[in-house]
Amino acid sequence: MASTTTQAASASWRQRIAGGAAVRLESLIVLAVLCAVMAALSNAFLSVSNVLNILLSTSVFGVLAIGMTFVICSAGIDLSVGSILALSGVVGAMLTSNLDLPWWAGIVGCLAMGAFTGWVNGFLITKGAIPPFIVTLGMLGVARGFALVLSDGVSIYGLPSQMVWLGQGRPFGVPTPVIILLLTALAAHVLLAHTRFGVYAQVIGDNEGAARAMGVRVERQKVLLYTLSGLLSGLAGLLFAARINSGEPTAGLSYELTAITATILGGTNLFGGRGSVAGTLIGALIMGVLQNGLNLLAVRPFYQQIAIGAVLILAVWLDRISSKEGWRR
Amino acid sequence: MSLLELTGVRKTFGAIEALRGVTFSVEAGTVVGLVGDNGAGKSTLMKTITGVYQPDGGDIRFDGVSLVGKDPGAIRQAGIEMIYQDLALARMRDVASNIFLGRELTRSVIGVKLIDSKRMRAEAEAMIARLGARIPSVAQMTGQLSGGQQQSVAIARALTFNPRLVIMDEPTAALAVREVEHVLDLIRTLKAQGIAVILISHRLTDVFSVCDRIVVLRQGAVIADDATRDTSMNAVVAHIVGATDAPHQGAHP
Repeated sequence: MASTTTQAASASWRQRIAGGAAVRLESLIVLAVLCAVMAALSNAFLSVSNVLNILLSTSVFGVLAIGMTFVICSAGIDLSVGSILALSGVVGAMLTSNLDLPWWAGIVGCLAMGAFTGWVNGFLITKGAIPPFIVTLGMLGVARGFALVLSDGVSIYGLPSQMVWLGQGRPFGVPTPVIILLLTALAAHVLLAHTRFGVYAQVIGDNEGAARAMGVRVERQKVLLYTLSGLLSGLAGLLFAARINSGEPTAGLSYELTAITATILGGTNLFGGRGSVAGTLIGALIMGVLQNGLNLLAVRPFYQQIAIGAVLILAVWLDRISSKEGWRR
Repeated sequence: MSLLELTGVRKTFGAIEALRGVTFSVEAGTVVGLVGDNGAGKSTLMKTITGVYQPDGGDIRFDGVSLVGKDPGAIRQAGIEMIYQDLALARMRDVASNIFLGRELTRSVIGVKLIDSKRMRAEAEAMIARLGARIPSVAQMTGQLSGGQQQSVAIARALTFNPRLVIMDEPTAALAVREVEHVLDLIRTLKAQGIAVILISHRLTDVFSVCDRIVVLRQGAVIADDATRDTSMNAVVAHIVGATDAPHQGAHP
């Protein structure tokens, strides 16, 4: 009896700390410790320009991870985000550079290409009843292939200045991608935590049969979830292309790894049911700080791949250990 | 006109004929017991009524309106609630969200419909209190509750929106004796309020104590449909196990 009351008390304590945003305390601690270590190892780490640098590099896979949060909390997975990023960027660049369409057509093209590819994922997963893992793994190859075919394997340089501003502009000294990331996160947080769409995504991950029995249109919802993930991959593709002023068919290689890691680090349950955009943002920052810190410490990029992969496995393992709380699976 | 009328309902899963033309009806304010062996098609039949499955033939009419082709949300809207055997709860969400699952209360903020958790919690609290269920808090994660408490949440969800027919799939299977009485009392209360109940149960004593009529399902078809006072425990058991099936009688001498 005593143990159950303390359990309930600690649960409510946790809930109160986490608040509506449901950020895991552990994620914040990891981020803080990581920042402290990096600051101790490198003088340059805490400079304003470096912090902005971290935020800037976080913005692209941060946007991907936000879409991933919706998909993972519905007990799905989207492995195709990196490839959709590349395909969208190439399409946006081709529309403006090769076809001489105006800048807004490039933006719409990026987003539409991403959303459409995501919709195809969702359509195959629901209508074809193929597991998300397989569909999006296939799309990882297909979308990348299309990006290479369309661009003939070479970068497409020269975007309109308005598009480039999205990647390189600095209104009020803050890089535009960072502002876009924060606005996207804000909208996504409201969507995930405070609307039916977001709650149903989590309920589907929690108990799909219950969601269906209670009148949630599960199939329609899933199609929308993968379309959203695709749309955000398109947005990430736009930001990436704008930042380097070119559509790059090999952009975003293995970004799905970074996005999934950021999502899991942020406390979204790998097996669905519970997700947090604010947490994902923290997770993305952890990845950004890690990459930046390793760069500052002049660690060869090859080791960064090892670090990211190891962090993913570690994050899931820690989640497993702490999952004895009952309401996590 | 009966409240619920099933005529020749069929459902197949691949080569398996789960329902082979089920016909029976439920009047308003009556309790119908649906019994049968495992695999007789009870749960399939109920899921066909609630729209989780679509029938492959036959018709289901509720208050004279066909339910065929409607989705579970529309059928709940029409006034049919079901308490599933697995309770169909989202265990990582709080009690209030579960009670309002599929029918969330919203408030409009600059044109966006946001879920009104505060109002949902207040109303869930009232509902739980009215049922006399003891749950620590409606803000509690449902998965942290005991089995009996989780069942109370599922029952509260079914009764919150003024249903006219409540289907209960094995509501007493996992309960302690006192809790069983509580559920049976609840069924009597619903009946007194004019709400129809379909009770699926393996516990024949429960069925006999609350039901007005007992329908026996065997191999996807109704093989007995009698008023409780016109039948007996032995007769029902005989129907369930198939001792009354004419072709089977001589088959095993």
